[in-house]
This record gives sequence, structure tokens and C-alpha cells, in this order.
Amino acid sequence: MADAQDYEKLATSNAQTVAQFADDDRGFVGRLQHRLHLTPSLVPLIVLVLAIIVFGILLGSKFFSPFALTLILQQVAIVGIVGAAQSLVILTAGIDLSVGAIMVLSSVVMGQFTFRYGLPVEVAVACGLLCGTLCGFINGWLVAVMKLPPFIVTLGMWQIILATNFLYSANETIRSQEIATEAPLLQFFGTTLTIGADEAGRGGANFTYGVIFLVALVLALTYVLRETAWGRHVYAVGDDPDAAELSGVRVKRTLISVYMLSGLICAFAGWALIGRIGSVSPTSGQLANIESITAVVIGGISLFGGRGSVLGMLFGALIVGVFTLGLRLLGADAQWTYLLIGLLIIAAVAVDQWIRRVSN
Amino acid sequence: MEPILKGRNLVKRYGKVTALDSCDFDLMPGEILAVIGDNGAGKSTLIKTISGAVIPDAGSIYIEGKEVKFTSPIQARAHGIETVYQTLAMSPALSIADNMFMGREIKKEGFMGTIFRQLDRKKMETLAREKLTELGLMTIQNINQAVETLSGGQRQGVAVARAAAFGSKVIILDEPTAALGVKESRKVLELIQDVKARGIPIILISHNMPHVFEVADRIHIHRLGKRLCVIDPKDYTMSDAVAFMTGAKEPPSEAVAA
Ligand SMILES: Nc1ncnc2c1ncn2[C@@H]1O[C@H](COP(=O)(O)OP(=O)(O)O)[C@@H](O)[C@H]1O
Ligand SMILES: [Mg+2]
Repeated sequence: MADAQDYEKLATSNAQTVAQFADDDRGFVGRLQHRLHLTPSLVPLIVLVLAIIVFGILLGSKFFSPFALTLILQQVAIVGIVGAAQSLVILTAGIDLSVGAIMVLSSVVMGQFTFRYGLPVEVAVACGLLCGTLCGFINGWLVAVMKLPPFIVTLGMWQIILATNFLYSANETIRSQEIATEAPLLQFFGTTLTIGADEAGRGGANFTYGVIFLVALVLALTYVLRETAWGRHVYAVGDDPDAAELSGVRVKRTLISVYMLSGLICAFAGWALIGRIGSVSPTSGQLANIESITAVVIGGISLFGGRGSVLGMLFGALIVGVFTLGLRLLGADAQWTYLLIGLLIIAAVAVDQWIRRVSN
Repeated sequence: MEPILKGRNLVKRYGKVTALDSCDFDLMPGEILAVIGDNGAGKSTLIKTISGAVIPDAGSIYIEGKEVKFTSPIQARAHGIETVYQTLAMSPALSIADNMFMGREIKKEGFMGTIFRQLDRKKMETLAREKLTELGLMTIQNINQAVETLSGGQRQGVAVARAAAFGSKVIILDEPTAALGVKESRKVLELIQDVKARGIPIILISHNMPHVFEVADRIHIHRLGKRLCVIDPKDYTMSDAVAFMTGAKEPPSEAVAA
């Protein structure tokens, strides 16, 4: 939204920048640094567009089709939603290793409350969302009030929540068919909108409700972070918590609210996960924490807090999705994907350091 | 006359360090009170107990004779006490306008403000620009530039402008000219006089003796965590003040009582 305006400004200022390039090389680099400093999501956006163009040229319509491009969206939907939760926490200079565990436990609560206790599915879903929020509250309370390091708190909570998940669910999967007949609301986010398929119902752009939710969530968070006092406080707390406290920000309250919102978003991710895989499985989503951190870092959000945007995280998640699908369609070994993602992570952190150095 | 701000027997310990040792403090209505003392004497800790940033272990604080117990800077600000901390307390990655209105943002009118809680950026930017221009500190081109892109002096200017804009009862300045050049320091001194002319008393912590002797009505000399004495700058020289503050010279007995 507002970022889009920044891109426009960049486009209009390009003419002058290029004109001065020859006689003022330093100035150009300086301006670039300044621009990236203002809009950290610019780098992942450029990388994303380049990646799409390169794979489009290499693979042609196999990749550059509404079907393949929307498939990428479906594949990143869960990571993107969890990444949004992760972004909030990392903006406060924290980290949340328990996001994946919260997601799975919430989905198990939604499933078991419906099938084990026979609660109305709406109530079960609400309980799952509440469960995620509560896990987030515990994280937030330990970080903000007990002043424990977020890394340690969420490392511990990751184990605790995951163990609770296995103990409570007795490692039992609720089958997709059962859900489809008895509680279809649980699969709500798997519902697909298809635009432009052929007569046999193949191809075309497929948007699951999970994808639509992801986009809506990212837009809503972008608004809240940029346009409300709470959003400004999240950045201030990540930037320098002592300064924020002295300037009249309720740091503890802000931190706890961030972890609670993060937990709630993870619970929504758990709901979307049921839609994606069809079943409720306590062993699913094990990599969500690492994948969400990857999306956040490639998306240009600083691990030191206070810098970056949720929009950047979305670009980061999409970059991973584009590489994964593109390399698979090229027939490359999947390890090439991991290798490239690894390089991107390190490059992204290097760029972050560079931007921060410039500002001083 | 009743002090507008009064501290009695204030104590603050950090582990084995006693930063405030039964410290008394008085600020009279409309005056500029300078607080001087060696590094580590406890000046910053003293003003932090008044601004709500530090909760004293013992002792009491009175505003216009009524006891107050601040547990956060927000409460002190609600009483019209504004502070420029030695560390400036700004968020480097956020803009000048964001920083000036941190913790007291203005929301848009109508449903965008009440339901969607949208900030009124235009209004905040206009007010921020006004305040900086008033101070003559407006060598800053863009009110939306990040504070970290400003020079040390400009940052200090913004912090002072923030305090001057919102302080209605007391303004506290902890070494406000430390990072400033000659010209910028002048501006801050003029600003201090302006604020005084508005009838608002000021607490000024400074190491710069010429500045202190130029603007102060009284000088509170702080030593080893407590008030050693209060002197009238007209009665003593700068070297006397430095001698009291370093312990090279015994303070005058009548000043100790004051
Ligand atoms: N947050 C803190 N933790 C531990 N010690 C502190 C803290 N703040 C101040 N001190 C100690 O208290 C003493 C007084 O510090 P301060 O009030 O900053 O002095 P001044 O402002 O006069 O230089 C010093 O010895 C300092 O090291
Ligand atoms: Mg100090």
C-alpha cells in the first residue's frame, strides 16, 4: 500500500539519479543505501521479480502460467501466515521458535474438540484460536515480565507445546474424509476459487481461501504497523526498548500483545494447515519455525529488531516458493534449492548490515 | 514559598552502589535550577526519580505540596513534567515526527481514528515542524527522515523541542548541550530563557560552567549521591562552584541549610 507509493517515488526519482551517476558515483551508492533504508522490502521485491523472469525464460509457459504461479502461492500460504507472526516478534528484536508448535497444537485442538468431545465445530475453532493466543501470552509474559531471552523462552516452549501436542492427541490423525463429511468448516481455508480453467477443470489460476487470507493478513498488518500508534510502538520497542519506555511506550504491554497476536496468527495458520493437508495431523508442520525465519530474513527484516516490513516477509516467502517450484520443474536436485536459499539468507543479512552501517 | 517540586530523603541503590543517599531536592516556581556535580555523583538518577524513570528505594516526592509516587515516565508526563534524558531516549530508525509524538500520538478524527485507529500523520508532522521552526532548529529538511540520519546536535535539538512542546509544569534537561556546537548551544540557552518566560521552571544539569552561571537562578551542587549545598550564582565564582563540587573546598554553612 504505502510501500507501493515508495516504489513510485523511486521510479520518478530514477531519472535524476541516473543523470548524476557519472560524475557522482559515491552519491549514487549513498542514495541507494538511503532508499533501501527507507524501504527494506525493495531488495526482496527485485530478487523476486528477477527470479520469476529467469525461470519464466528457462521454463516458458510451464512456469509462466496462472496455474504454476498460483500453485506457488498455495505452497507458501502456510509459511507466509506463520512468517507474518514471526515478523511481528522479530520486529521487537525477539525470535519465536515455537510458531510451528503453536500452529500444530491449535489445529489439533480444533480437530479433537470437534471429534473427541463432540463440540460444535465453530466452538472448537474458537478454542483452537484461543489456545494459540494463550501460548503466545505465555511466551510474551516470560519475555516481557520475567525478562528472559526470547530465544530461550521459545526454545523451551517449542518443546513443551510439541510434547503437549503429542500427549494430548495420542499421536492420532483425524482423517480427511471424516472432516469433510462431519466438520467441513475445519477445511474452510482449503476451499479453492478457480479462474480460467479448461473444460476438464484443469489449469487456470487457483486461489485457496488460505492464500486469500495470507494476502489480507499481510495487508492488514502493513496498515496496523504503519498507521497506528501500536504499530509505531512495536518498531520503537524493537529499536531501543529503554528509549521507548522513557518516551512513554508501555513496553511490557506492547511485547505481550505482540506475542499474543503472533500466537493467534499461528492458530489461524493451524486452521489453514487443516485446509491444506485435509487432515488433522500432530506430526505436520515441523519445519514451520525455520521456514518462517527464512522468509523473514530473506524479506529484509532485521534480526536486531525495529526494521523491515511484513510485505518484505511475503516477498521472502515467495522467493523461496519460486526457487523451489522453478528448480523442481527444471529437474534439478532439491538440494540445489536449499543451497540457493542458504546463499540468499546470508546475502540478506549482509545487505541488512550494510544498510545499518550507512545510516550512521 | 512552597516549592513546585520537592524531594526528601531520596534513596536509590544499584547493588553495592548508592546512587542517591538520602537526597533532598527543591525546585521553586518559575526558576531555572542548575544541578552540577562530578560524573557518577547521581545527578541523572536524581532527575530520573522525578521523571518516573526510576523508582526510589525510599523517600518522597511532592508536586505543589502533594505527594506523588510515579511508577512510569507516563505518569510524570501526565503531570506536565517533561524530560530530555542524557541518552535522549529516541528511536533511531523512526522519523522525527514519530519520535516527537511517541506515546502521545494523535489519531484521525471520525471513524478512521476511532474504529481503525489511524494516526493523523499530517497533523503530527505540521506540529512537529512548527515546534522545530520555533526553536530555530529547523536546519532539518524532512520531518520524516529517520532520527539516525541526523547529526548529534540535531538529535539533541529534536529531543529538546519535544520536551519544550509538551512540558507544562516542569522541564528537565540532562546535559542538553553536551553534543552541541557553539551556535546550537546558544539556541538551547535561548530556548531555556523562553520557557522560563512562559513561567515554567527548569532543571538544568550541565557540566558547562559558563552556561550554568549565565542562566541559573540557583545552583544545586550534588556530591556523592546527595545535595551538598545550594548557591546563588551571583555570590560565588565558577571556580568556587567547581571546588565545592569536587570536595576541594568546604561548602559555605549557610548554603548547606538552604
Ligand atoms: N542502571 C544502573 N545500574 C547500575 N548502576 C547505575 C545505574 N544507573 C546509575 N548507576 C550508578 O549510579 C551512580 C550515579 O550515576 P548517575 O546518576 O548516572 O550519575 P551522574 O549523572 O551524576 O553522572 C554511578 O555510580 C552509576 O554507575
Ligand atoms: Mg548523568
